Amino acid sequence: MKSFKNTIIENVSRRDLLKGVVSAGGLVLAVQFLPRDAVAGQNAAAQYATGAGGMPGGAVWDPHVFVSIATDGTVSIITHRSEMGTGSRTSLPMAVADEMEADWSKVKIVQAPGDEQKYGNQDTDGSRSIRHFIQPMRACGAAARQMLEKAAAIAWSVPDTEVRAENHMVVHIPSGKKMGYGELAAAAAAMPTPELKRVTLKDPSEFRYIGKGNVQITDMRDITMGKAMYAQDLQMPGMVYAVVARPPVVGGKVKSFDAAAAMKVPGVLKVVQIPATPAPAKFAPKGGVAVVAKNTWAALRGREALNVTWIDGPNGDYDSDTFKAQMAANARKPGNVERNEGDVDKALAGAKKVIEREYYIPHGHHATMEPPAAVAKVAGGKAEVWACVQSPGGTRGDVAGAMGMKEADVTVNVTLLGGGFGRKSKCDFALEAALLSRDMGGTPVKVVWTREDDIQHGFYHSVSYQHVTAGLDANNKVVAWRHRSVSPSLMSNFMPDPKRESALELGLGLIDTPFDVPNLRLETGEAVSKTRIGWFRSVNNIPHAFAMQSMVAELAAELGRDPKDFLLEMIGPARIVDPRKTVTSELWNYGDPWETYPVDTGRLRRVVERAAKEAGWGRKLPAGHGMGIAVQRSFLTYVATVVEVAVDKDGTVSVPRVDTAIDAGFIVNPERVRSQVEGAAVMGLSIAKYTEITFKNGRVQQSNFGDYRVLRIGEGAMDVRTHIIANGIEVPSSGVGEPGVPPFAPAFTNAVFAATGKRIRNLPLGEQLSA
Amino acid sequence: MQVKVNKQDRKYEGDPQMPLMWYLRDELGLTGTKFGCGVGLCGACTVHVNGKAVRSCAMSMKDVAGQAVTTIEGLSPDGNHPIQKAWRAENVPQCGYCQPGQIMQGAALLIENKKPSDEEIKSTMAGNICRCGCYQRIFAAVKAASKEV
Repeated sequence: MKSFKNTIIENVSRRDLLKGVVSAGGLVLAVQFLPRDAVAGQNAAAQYATGAGGMPGGAVWDPHVFVSIATDGTVSIITHRSEMGTGSRTSLPMAVADEMEADWSKVKIVQAPGDEQKYGNQDTDGSRSIRHFIQPMRACGAAARQMLEKAAAIAWSVPDTEVRAENHMVVHIPSGKKMGYGELAAAAAAMPTPELKRVTLKDPSEFRYIGKGNVQITDMRDITMGKAMYAQDLQMPGMVYAVVARPPVVGGKVKSFDAAAAMKVPGVLKVVQIPATPAPAKFAPKGGVAVVAKNTWAALRGREALNVTWIDGPNGDYDSDTFKAQMAANARKPGNVERNEGDVDKALAGAKKVIEREYYIPHGHHATMEPPAAVAKVAGGKAEVWACVQSPGGTRGDVAGAMGMKEADVTVNVTLLGGGFGRKSKCDFALEAALLSRDMGGTPVKVVWTREDDIQHGFYHSVSYQHVTAGLDANNKVVAWRHRSVSPSLMSNFMPDPKRESALELGLGLIDTPFDVPNLRLETGEAVSKTRIGWFRSVNNIPHAFAMQSMVAELAAELGRDPKDFLLEMIGPARIVDPRKTVTSELWNYGDPWETYPVDTGRLRRVVERAAKEAGWGRKLPAGHGMGIAVQRSFLTYVATVVEVAVDKDGTVSVPRVDTAIDAGFIVNPERVRSQVEGAAVMGLSIAKYTEITFKNGRVQQSNFGDYRVLRIGEGAMDVRTHIIANGIEVPSSGVGEPGVPPFAPAFTNAVFAATGKRIRNLPLGEQLSA
Repeated sequence: MQVKVNKQDRKYEGDPQMPLMWYLRDELGLTGTKFGCGVGLCGACTVHVNGKAVRSCAMSMKDVAGQAVTTIEGLSPDGNHPIQKAWRAENVPQCGYCQPGQIMQGAALLIENKKPSDEEIKSTMAGNICRCGCYQRIFAAVKAASKEV
């Protein structure tokens, strides 16, 4: 623990940063050149605009903030985003190192605490890390390189044009003289950061690491030796352990409990009631009763003894079966029009044939392998938190709010995250730790969530009912497309329940429907939130893509067409689809400028064609096998997946092969892109086959991996082939962490249809084929 | 009671019902043994007891009295057990949390069966969940390591 804590402390104070490395000067100076509201495209060092400047804290690229060099040449690079498995903790510093001509073997990565004023936006969510920070980090590295070169030129009294940084040294070209980065550290640190318009990025032909996939994740060795530190692993002197009994129903309260019984358990130190926060509660703890003890086991046994009785409140009637019926009824009624082109009603009335289909996608849960955990120490008017949070900056603000402190008095240290998938962007567990440490008079308290706590007290992937109606003309051309989406909104955490998807959720793969249909209407129906809804990897893209991509395959089957050819026909010719004029409210384009990231059906077509080609679409398959295809643009990235299934006589489905084509613009770390695509197939197959959270009497009915089944090794997706569309640096990098997920489930159920003739419209598959 | 952990003798005098996992993590600070489910369903807490893979969350201190426990920290002094090397060569981990348990399970398999078949690898590793979905590479790494041991 000590070394971890020291790293963070060094990190907080740049002056002290180098003490932990080796003494000497670093590039220490705190200036932020990039105006907070500036989009990167206004700068010479950036080639295109992104939405980075619109996020809290914006983008910072100053090497005085991110880079320090010790006299022994060790280059410390700060990584300001949380690491949950995507590799951004490695990939962004790798980009800095490449641009500054640092030798990766001499680079040390330092995790930033939550401080968005200083480091820029830290909300590791929305597949944004590379998308928003590849340009600032390249500029940061390039500026550092120029400062080192300038320092050498001054030391040698030679013109700037005669020196060049090369693999951790600056070379005087005419004489061949060399100076190492360690020698230049102090002088370079004294240099002002060059103006951004004077920062010269490398030509891609000069890249050592960017785009190569030759850098291993920085924590690899620690992970394989069990040394990597996650929040569940935190220990510090004097620390006590806590578990919390939380109300089983969202909005519920404690009625009574037996503190005395819990206190009788050896090792139990204190029983503390945590108040519930009325809705909208944002990420506030659910409330309940905490048991604080000398170790986790004693805390768990104490909690068992509490015997809490609860008052359930108005969500005590939440029942997944009833709710599904309500959503279905609402999906069959006209909804709010969110995008409208042509005249769908007229086109449907005049259609030769109308096909209407409904799809259901249940609640899901992240079930990160590391259940949430946090340590907090609240004493002397200050709070310090160590936690596995995706949003350290947001957590800092929330802890400050909960503690009635200024943000300056709150330090949030980020551990590695044992999975995130959106769950850990909600910091309720860190807030619990802070409340308990304050109650314990400043003793460090670790709040441990068990797997049962995790599954029963999550922020769930929203349940959804999708109703799609298509009209065919006499030539079997689709002339009308009406898609009604009904799903409780995650905005209910932040405001009075909007009772339907918000612009943010519609932007997740519905409002940007790319189909070439003259009469098109997208609608939302009413659905109230009866639990905590939260982001889950790729969010509403999952139900939207499932409905759209299933429906296209259903139409193809109806018409006796090849599903891939028909999908391409639905997408239509290569063009920019611009829904901005036909949306009723606003078009949310993942927070990024439309001009940089439009809906490009040429790119959509290309991934479909590539995946089909690589998969050998149309090849002869063994009996019981089938292939399905689906495509989705999400997080500004285009992904098409071909799934091959094998269905045996008893209805068991396996997935012998997956081919996924991904166009995510310029690829910074192809090796990690492949791992994300492989992982997305596994998560996608979990969604398609197994994962479902259901409610009865307001309570989650699942509790651990026995009843919340997720994919295990050998159950499919063991041969995932990733086909990366090669793009030059001029093609804006887009998201990678999430976009592999949405096309998977419809590609899978389309394959099941191809193999069996049975159309799966309700997820998960479960036992539907053996019934 | 006595228990040997990573070749070191330890004395334990607490609750005999306490799962080995919490003893390793909370009392000894051996946090490479991860807490994932607490009920033997995910394999994140896999350690070796007398050379065999067990779920340390599902084994009480009473059960391990007098036994020899090896955790990921004790698998190899320099972290270069063939399976650890294979893990790195195949770039297996994403978040990394389940990986020590996976590695301990794979290492135990190779103690018992130096040349496991593909099916044996899958059935043995099926008790270890990876939510990031590294299965394809876990399989490849165990298979590669089986050629080295």
